[in-house]
Amino acid sequence: MSKCRSFAVVAVCFLLAAPAVAGERHLGLGRAASPAEIAGWDIDVRPDGQGLPVGKGSVRQGEEVYMTRCAACHGEFGESAGRWPQVAGGTGSLSSDDPVKTVGSYFPYLSSAFDYVRHAMPFGDAQSLSNDELYAVVAYVLFLNDIVDEKFVLSRDTFAQVKMPNQAGFYDDDRETAEKPFWNAKPCMKDCKPPVTITGRARVIDVTPDDKAARHGAD
Amino acid sequence: MDDDNESKPIPSRRRFLSGAAGLSGAALVGGAARAENLKNLPPNVPEWTRALGDGVAVRPYGHPSKYEANVIRRDVSWLTASKESSVSFTPLHALDGIITPSGLCFERHHSGIAEIDPEDYRLIIHGLVDKPLIYTLADLKRFPRVNRIYVLECAANSGMEWRGAQLNGCQYTHGMVHCVEYTGVPLRVLLAEAGVKGSAKWLLAEGADAAAMSRSIPLEKALDDCLVATHMNGEMLRPEQGYPARLVVPGWEGNVWVKWLRRLKLGDEPWFAREETSKYTDLMADGRARRFTYVMDAKSVITSPSPQAPVRAKGFTVISGLAWSGRGKVKRVDVSLDGGRNWREARIDGLVLDKACVRFYAETDWNGEELLLQSRAIDETGYVQPTKTELRKIRGANSVYHNNGIQTWLVKRDGEVENVEVS
Repeated sequence: MSKCRSFAVVAVCFLLAAPAVAGERHLGLGRAASPAEIAGWDIDVRPDGQGLPVGKGSVRQGEEVYMTRCAACHGEFGESAGRWPQVAGGTGSLSSDDPVKTVGSYFPYLSSAFDYVRHAMPFGDAQSLSNDELYAVVAYVLFLNDIVDEKFVLSRDTFAQVKMPNQAGFYDDDRETAEKPFWNAKPCMKDCKPPVTITGRARVIDVTPDDKAARHGAD
Repeated sequence: MDDDNESKPIPSRRRFLSGAAGLSGAALVGGAARAENLKNLPPNVPEWTRALGDGVAVRPYGHPSKYEANVIRRDVSWLTASKESSVSFTPLHALDGIITPSGLCFERHHSGIAEIDPEDYRLIIHGLVDKPLIYTLADLKRFPRVNRIYVLECAANSGMEWRGAQLNGCQYTHGMVHCVEYTGVPLRVLLAEAGVKGSAKWLLAEGADAAAMSRSIPLEKALDDCLVATHMNGEMLRPEQGYPARLVVPGWEGNVWVKWLRRLKLGDEPWFAREETSKYTDLMADGRARRFTYVMDAKSVITSPSPQAPVRAKGFTVISGLAWSGRGKVKRVDVSLDGGRNWREARIDGLVLDKACVRFYAETDWNGEELLLQSRAIDETGYVQPTKTELRKIRGANSVYHNNGIQTWLVKRDGEVENVEVS
């Protein structure tokens, strides 16, 4: 009993002495992660190739993987079956009224596609591809986008040779300068514009789910 | 079940509330009102005043009244190819205050909901750290923790409206937002345990779902105000919101609030994952795209009246809405009844917190004339929510993400409300 009490007093003093939440000291919680534990989950790949697994795959091998594992959703030529993402084509469309963002037309880095397939594809059977299949299927998608030829073999060694067409198509968030006028100390309150006319109506398009029950009932 | 009573009289309670305008209000009632049952109205005594109801623990986890069964998350089936990689929307039109009930918080999953056994939950911290660590959920719960109320908005909220008014209901136009209280461990405390190396500049956060959804976050933000949350609104996170642990990244787009958090990796460069290149980048009119547009700008929407919450009667009417900013506190909300020609300041009621929702009200006497309702939020940095025209002038209409333009609702003479755009 007295042991408990003295322990409690020590604990209270200790808590009071500790910084509020700052974490200045090590709390000693958790344990060291083993290299094997980390390796099983450490699947990210960077643009510089850091994180690439050992393996290789050819366009030809990739075609087989793609047709059995990917084509049902993404289309045999990457054109998309239904509303699933289109993975090929779209070149030159980004400034049009109908931009088509694909691996070839939009992805800035090969790693962005490789890392994604490694994380999340095939949809519903994630992380089921072998490393060789992974390299192969990504090689095939590059081929569908005319980025590599049919003899290409993707591996850790050839990864850096691939340059994505839209790599220069991105820039960092510039809203604070490009949209500076949105910071306005004196927004207009009276007679801010001529009498207003309606220029567009949702009912004309009529794509809202037809479910009257969505309306708020008796309140 | 609620829309087959159009010919029946409006409930007397509503008639009472609408005062002298009650009778004319009867003509305005839309289809959604339920019919009253005279047996339950005075001078009669209703059944619930006579008979015993359910006892305690008959409902061990309480649910809303069965009469609120229509207040649910809804999806738009044509938006996505599958339910597992899709979105459902918060029914903002039916809610009040600033806290979103946990079960109504919108969902955005990339490969469905991960159902994680808390005994088998693990979080690994590694990369540019002195000591790679692995935590159990029990470990996380032993850390000192904090409570914070934050708004979470999906970057694609209102994304379907870039080309014009499209969806008729604020649930669909603005429902990828929620505001809840989180309990969690400051991320900097967890990272300090592992010892962040001086060369580390970025953090990769990765989920345990079947997309292993991952995003890069600048270390500066990670060490500032991010949390690893285990609780929302006092209880453990819902599976849809990342049970048992998610990242909280205040003020930033929802996609970086990684759910089912399984891995944090320190590095010296961003990873340029698919969700920060192919997705969640903002395509401009010239075909180039902004990236790492993390912050959610100030935004507001009138939730009632709105297409799913029409005006029921002439006379005294409360206009109610929600406003938020990822840059700080909402300082002011203005409301216009004439499509943005004239504005007046709305009344903010309740808590005004950093990077959280505020609830605003503007009261008016509606005489049955058409209204063009708008709201605009102004935050403490001086940012004024722009019109859609102003946004498009800078960004074009292909951006998909970060549409925080001013919403217009047309209130028609019969009290019905439509999503419109104005000059």
